[in-house]
Order: sequence, then structure tokens, then C-alpha cells
Amino acid sequence: MLKQTQQLHRVVIRLAGDSGDGMQLTGDRFTAESAVLGNDLSTLPNYPAEIRAPAGTLPGVSSFQVHFADHDVLTPGDAPDVLVAMNPAGLKANLRDLRHGGDVIVDTDEFTKRNLARVGYETNPLEDGSLDGYQVHKVALTSLTVAALEGHEITKKEAERAKNMFALGLLSWLYSRPVEGTEAFLRAKFAARPEILDANLTAFRAGWSYGETTEDFAVIYQVQPAPMPPGTYRNINGNTALAYGLMAAAARCGLPLFLGSYPITPASDVLHELSKHKRFGVLTFQAEDEIAGVGAALGASYAGALGVTTTSGPGVALKTETIGLAVTLELPLIICDVQRGGPSTGLPTKTEQADLLQVMYGRNGEAPVPVLAARSPADCFDVAIEAARIATAYRTPVFVLTDGYLANGSEPWRIPVIEELPALQVSFATEPNGANGEFLPYLRDPQTLARPWAVPGTPGLEHRIGGIEKADGSGNISYDPANHDHMVRVRAEKVERIAESIPPLEVADPDGDARVLVLGWGSTYGPIAAACRNLREEGVHVAQAHLRHLNPFPSNTGEVLSRYDRVVVPEMNLGQLSLMLRARYLVDVAGFNRVRGLPFTSTELADHLRTVVKEVAGA
Amino acid sequence: MTGTTISAVEAGLGPSGLYGVPLVGEGHPLGKKDFTSDQEVRWCPGCGDYAVLAAVQSFLPELGLRRENIVFVSGIGCSSRFPYYLDTYGMHSIHGRAPAIASGIAVSRPDLSVWVVTGDGDALSIGGNHIAHALRRNINITILLFNNRIYGLTKGQYSPTSEAGKITKSTPMGSLDTPFNPVSFAIGSEATFVARALDSDRKQLTAVLRAAAEHRGASFVEIYQNCPIFNDGAFDPLKSPDTRDEQMIRLEHGQPIRWGEQGRHGLGRDPRSGQLVSVEVADVGEEALVVHDDHNEDPAYAFALSRLSDPPIGRTPVGVFRSVRRPTYDDMAREQVAHAQSTQGPGDLAQLFAGKDSWTVD
Repeated sequence: MLKQTQQLHRVVIRLAGDSGDGMQLTGDRFTAESAVLGNDLSTLPNYPAEIRAPAGTLPGVSSFQVHFADHDVLTPGDAPDVLVAMNPAGLKANLRDLRHGGDVIVDTDEFTKRNLARVGYETNPLEDGSLDGYQVHKVALTSLTVAALEGHEITKKEAERAKNMFALGLLSWLYSRPVEGTEAFLRAKFAARPEILDANLTAFRAGWSYGETTEDFAVIYQVQPAPMPPGTYRNINGNTALAYGLMAAAARCGLPLFLGSYPITPASDVLHELSKHKRFGVLTFQAEDEIAGVGAALGASYAGALGVTTTSGPGVALKTETIGLAVTLELPLIICDVQRGGPSTGLPTKTEQADLLQVMYGRNGEAPVPVLAARSPADCFDVAIEAARIATAYRTPVFVLTDGYLANGSEPWRIPVIEELPALQVSFATEPNGANGEFLPYLRDPQTLARPWAVPGTPGLEHRIGGIEKADGSGNISYDPANHDHMVRVRAEKVERIAESIPPLEVADPDGDARVLVLGWGSTYGPIAAACRNLREEGVHVAQAHLRHLNPFPSNTGEVLSRYDRVVVPEMNLGQLSLMLRARYLVDVAGFNRVRGLPFTSTELADHLRTVVKEVAGA
Repeated sequence: MTGTTISAVEAGLGPSGLYGVPLVGEGHPLGKKDFTSDQEVRWCPGCGDYAVLAAVQSFLPELGLRRENIVFVSGIGCSSRFPYYLDTYGMHSIHGRAPAIASGIAVSRPDLSVWVVTGDGDALSIGGNHIAHALRRNINITILLFNNRIYGLTKGQYSPTSEAGKITKSTPMGSLDTPFNPVSFAIGSEATFVARALDSDRKQLTAVLRAAAEHRGASFVEIYQNCPIFNDGAFDPLKSPDTRDEQMIRLEHGQPIRWGEQGRHGLGRDPRSGQLVSVEVADVGEEALVVHDDHNEDPAYAFALSRLSDPPIGRTPVGVFRSVRRPTYDDMAREQVAHAQSTQGPGDLAQLFAGKDSWTVD
């Protein structure tokens, strides 16, 4: 039948099903198709901590949201336009988020009495009118898939498992996505199992054909490519971008990359990714615990490598003592904290920004550590390089903060030209530096206050360092009160001086007369920028700034804060940056805080900011 | 894959723990003075650590290594001050973590001889996890565990090797826990080289240190070390001329195990259970004695030897319990990198970043 084609500017789709239904894979493939088409996009995977929660239950629901558009996209989208529910649990857990009037595609085969009862549906929502406000497409996904695979040499269960590919085929047709990438992906993935490959390809094509022939879908949609600066792009999630950034940083430093790590959600994928790249000379060491992970990384740094450890909040707690040692040894070290909901085990697969104070202050003694935070999945790449710059130039451990949302969320990434990345010059000490031909391991660079990095194997520079306080210059053990006071101040001053090497905080205030500044850090960038954009379209004037460097702050931060009548700091915590800003600049910043394990929506933030702007105008 | 890795290690890297570490070369011999730093040694008078330090400083030059390629890493405790007194590279780290830090150094740098100096508290209480895993992985490091069976630096609490019932400041009615036998612990942790020595016996200590340094893999040496302040005389039965011959069993590879005056006691096997038992040589004849084989692959043998120790301190075997070959973690980790590079070619970042699904905007 002839279908009508409709152009859309943007679409938000959420796929929801059981943990075993392959929703993440389906979402990834749909995203890849959209990326290749040239849409801008942003994704939000959301899955349970349990590997296989009981089938068909609400806690077992795994979902994947993708927002794609013909223009610049900042967030995965507040409310889905389309919900694909593979079972009643997927429908029940996600329906409340759906835009009113949105489309619901359901697998009717799964809406059995038993499955409905399992999630507390007393009547069938497909029949009782509770979906009257939506466009419901009832598709017997499972039985259509099984029928399409009749004659294939596979079990019924294997046939049923291909239903996600049927759904992907249908969606790919509905949104006019290019399918070559997915077919190539399947061929590579199932190269060793031709019968499963056949089944998946057949199901995928059957889904596409079903869309073409059924009367249930009368319209197909197109979303044109978004204008983007020239370049070569790919889609990338934060953990991959972080791993690539670390590799690029090591290459630019001319140092071998050493990762000491212990598996922890949501950081493990950085370990997995780096473990694949041994041909680049990357050494990965899966340690016996978090402590040994950072210990081995520090040992590698001492030996002249770029030592890195990756973890999440609970791991940072365990690594704390070694990070303090790195502070006093004044050796380069990168600690990546992919934050998750806390405290304690908290919400392992959900996102949060509540480790800021831990990484700032969670050590004994005066132990300052530079802190950086990535604002988007692709930005993890750039932040990793900046962390390596600071760590090697200032001989200090550096924290990189990302979070579960950045780690797993993805967006298009303009692939950098390696030669255009910052050149990170690292020089090891080679000669004695003392007046009498001796080596002084704590004789500092007058500009950066960095001490020499003298790696074992260098003749004439044999020296001893340790966790006990050292005399400045010689590095010998010193319990002298004046020396300790001096060393505490020097270590603090060294970190403060990093501010001289970082760009000033930029403010986006297109109207030039905003009285309210929204200041964020980390992954809240997307929702904040989207909220500000929406407000400006309404004629509400707000200024926006976003911090990448949290310690030290850019030099002009205090001046920026003082320019506005009101500063709003949205955070996925109870006000940790707010606390730091108030303490440092004596500015009464106002927090906007949500700690739900999910990024906040641009709508709720815009609503709040609208009120604040009104208040300030009326004051 | 694994096959190539292991055989390449065996074929290319040789058995010595010192393979790959640059040598001083002829004409530039180093002496004890070259390994002595300018720092004042600050242990208590009479501490066993002095004897061990002197033995190490005298012995290191004999290895012929360039001293800039030697690294000592320690944790926390009296013995962990050790690196400050050696004129090599050194790191005095944090409590219990030296094996982890040393692992990172050893994996990164095959040209370094890496040593860990630790104590009974550092290694077996707070750092028990790390030492077990360093041994299991067989990382090419040499671990010297100074066992004085007490906490010295914190002023006299019982340690994980103190005998049960130990009266200390923290255990006024006697300690309740069963102590570790460090040699048993190491063997149970899949160690490939395990030895025990005595601080006061320079000759035997030096021989053990040499064997440990030359072993490729994690070498574990327990050194009985006297703390004159908080646990004086802990090892006297092994030191006093009146008792030591009866108490100390010197293990020598290829020699029948015997001890006592004129070697009158020996180690035999119970014919029915196969268990090691002490026998009188006069009764059974020398041919019935167990001939010590530290290359015995079966850890049960070395473990059984380690259990001959009579608590709290009585009959005690010293020497090398176990010395077997197994590929080291660090060699294999580097071999995987080399293998990946030789089969796939060196990495190209631009190609990696582009991935499989890239697109171009003009």
C-alpha cells in the first residue's frame, strides 16, 4: 500500500522490555542507524542492576531512550513520543513518561493474563480504555517473528528471541532509517552461528516488510540530517570516549598507558575497552581490589608510565589512602570516578553527582587534588586529555568525574585529528639538580611548583620518597614544624596555580541582560542548556555557564558569580557545588537539586528557572 | 594463544629473576658503600633490622646490577623504613600496599629488580590480600617479610604471627587468635619461591636472598627478626648454642633432611600414611630419609615441611622450601602486548576512533 510520508524535526523513542529482551542492543542499533543518517542524537540507557531480574516483573524492566533530530540535540529528551513495550511490565513502568497523544507499540502476545497479573494489571490495558489518550499499535511481535522464521533450523525459543530484531526492522521502516549498518553488524556478531544470523536477518527484514504491508501504520516519518560542522563523525558513549581519551593522552605524552582497575558498575566498560587495545601498548591490570588497582597505577606512574585507575564512588572510598600518598609523592595519576547513586552500594546502574565532595575533601590531612568533570559523553575524551595534561605537568593525581548517564549515554562525536590534539610534553629528570651534584627530588619548577619526575633506571638520581613528610628540596624525612607548614602550603599553592593554565569560565548570555545565571558542572550540561534554550525562545533571559574545572576553579569564577543577581546551581546531589561556591566566594547561590538516579528533565528545570527570573524581576 | 604466550616466555626470557636488568659491567664493581644512603639509621639499638640491612647492603653488589635499576618498595612499620637506608630507588608507601605498588612497577618495567620489604603486620594483617595475590600471580618481585611476631612501631600490640595467648597492651588477658605460619600462607597462595631465614645467620640469609633474587617470579622470604624492645628473644631457641642444633632444620636441595647433634634426627615418611615424620637416623638408616627437593611441583610437600614448625617457637625448618618454575604475570602481560603488536600491527588511533559506523559531513 502507498504510505504517506511526514517530515518531523525531532523524535524521542523509548524501547522497554525485559532485561533479557535485548532492548539495549536494539536501542544501540537504532541509534547507529540514526547517526549514520546524520541526525544529531542523544541516548539514555536505563537498566536494572540485576543481570536477569525475574522475567516479566517491574524491577526487571530494561529500557533505552533515543532522541534524534534535524537540529542540535542536548538531552535524551524529557518525554518519549513513542514507547515500544515488549511486555506489560515495560508498558506499566514507562507509560507515565510518554507524551500525551504519543504512540505506543506493544507486543500483544505478551499481554497474557499471567503477565498482566504479575505486574498488577487487573484488566488488560489494551482493552480497558486506559490507553485512550495514545495512538496504540497492537502488533503480535512474538508470533509474527516465529511465523517469519518457520522452516529455520532453530528452536522456538531462539525464534522468539529474535523478536527484538523484528521490532527494530519495524522501527527502521517507520523512521526511514538506513539498514546496511545493522545487517553488517549482525553478520559480524553471528559469524560463527549462521543459523542464528539467518534468523536475525530474516526477523529484521520481516519487521520492515510488516510495516510496509500492514494498515496499522499509515504514515512513515523522516527526520532530516542535522547541520553539523564539517568532519568525520561517529556515535560514542562516555566510557568509550574516556578510554579513547586516555589512549590519546598517553600517545600525546609519549608515555605507555597503564590501567590498574577493579570491576565496578558503571566504570567496568572502560577497563573492558582498554583491555582490547594491547597493540597500542596499553597494559591493563585487573587487580584484587580497588586499593591494589590504584596502587599498581601509582607504581606504574612512579616507573614512568601514565598511571590510571577507573572506578565509581565506593571504589574511590577504598582508594583514598593511596590517592593521599600520590598527593605527597607528587606523582602523576589519573583517577576516573564514573559516579553512581550512593551512599554505599546505592544505585549501581543509576546516575548521580554526589561524589564531588568525596573527591574534593575525602582524604586525611590537607590533600588537594585537581578535579575535572565531563559535560557530555563525547566530552569525556577531551577531559581525559586535560587530566593527563595537569597530572603530568604538575605531578599530581587528578580526578576525572563522569557518571552513569555519561558512561552509557551516547551522542555523535566529531573524530579529532590526532595531530591536532594538545601536545603534552613530558620530560623526565636526567641530571642531578643540586648545587653539589646531588639530586634533590623535591626541588621545584618555579612556575608550576612541580617536582622532577625521576624514574628508576636513571643513573645518579637514586632517591627515596615516601608518605612521611619530606623536607622541601631534598625530600628527606622531616618532622620540622616550619617545613611541614611550608609543604602543606606549597602543595595547596601548586594546585591553585593550575588555574593559570586553564581558560576562563565562559558565560552564554545571548541577550546580554540576564540577571540570573545558571551554573552547572558535569552531565547536567544537556538539561541545563536545553532549559535555557527553551526559556530564551519564550523571551525569558537567563545566562548559562558550565564548569569543567572544579578544582581549581577558573580564575574569573568569583567575578562571574558577582555579576548576577541570582545564581542557580542545578545538581544531582543535595548542593555540593553550591557548598563549595558559597564557601569560596561568599555568594548565596541557590541550588536546584534532584537525586532520583536519572538526569533531570529540561522541562522541570525550565519551570524552576522561569519562577526565579520572575522573582528577581519583581524584587 | 596461551600456548604461544607461555612458550615465548620460556624460550625468550630465561629463568633468572634478574634477566633484563642492566649490569654494572666489568671494571666498575660496586661495594657495600655504594648501596648505603646518607640517611641516619633510626631503628632501636639491638634491632634485628640492622643485621638484615647490613646483609642486604653487602649482598646486593654481588648481583652485579646497576643500582639505579633496583627499586625497594615498603609499606608501614619498623622494617618498612628499610628503603631509606639503601642508595637505590625506593618508595616508603602505605600500610600493606607495597605488593600492589611493586606490581605496577614490575609490570611496567622489565629492566628493574623490584623488592618489597614488609613486616608481619604489614604483610599479613592489613596487606594480606595484596601479598596473596602478588604470590598467586607470580609477579617478578622479591618479598622480604621481616617477622618479629609483634607490632613494634605502634608500641607492642600482638601481630598475626604472635603466638596464641600473647600478653600485650591490647591483649592483657592473652591474645585469642591462631597465628599465621607465613611460609604455609605463602605456599597456600600458590607461591613459586618460598624460603625462611634468620636475621643473625648472615651466611644462610645471604644464600636465601641470592636464590630469591635469581628466581623469576614472586619470591617470598620470611626473615625471623628479633625485636629487642617488645618481643625480645622470640627466636632464641634458634639462636642459642645450647638449643639451635636440636631446633633448626636446615633445608638444602638434594640433601637428606636431618638435624640435631651429628644430624641424629631425620625426616622420614610414615610407610602407611606417607606423612612426613621425624625419625632417628640411627634407627632407620640414612637411606630412609627424605631428600629435600625444593623443585617438587606438588605444593603439598613444601606445605608439609612448613608444618614441621612447633609453635610457639621450637623445631623450625629454614632455607628454601619451594622453588618451582611458572611463567610470571608481568612477562606474560608484556608478551600479550608484543603478540598483539606482531599479529595485528601497531595500533592506529585514527582508525580505532573512526570505528565501523562513521560518517562524514562536508
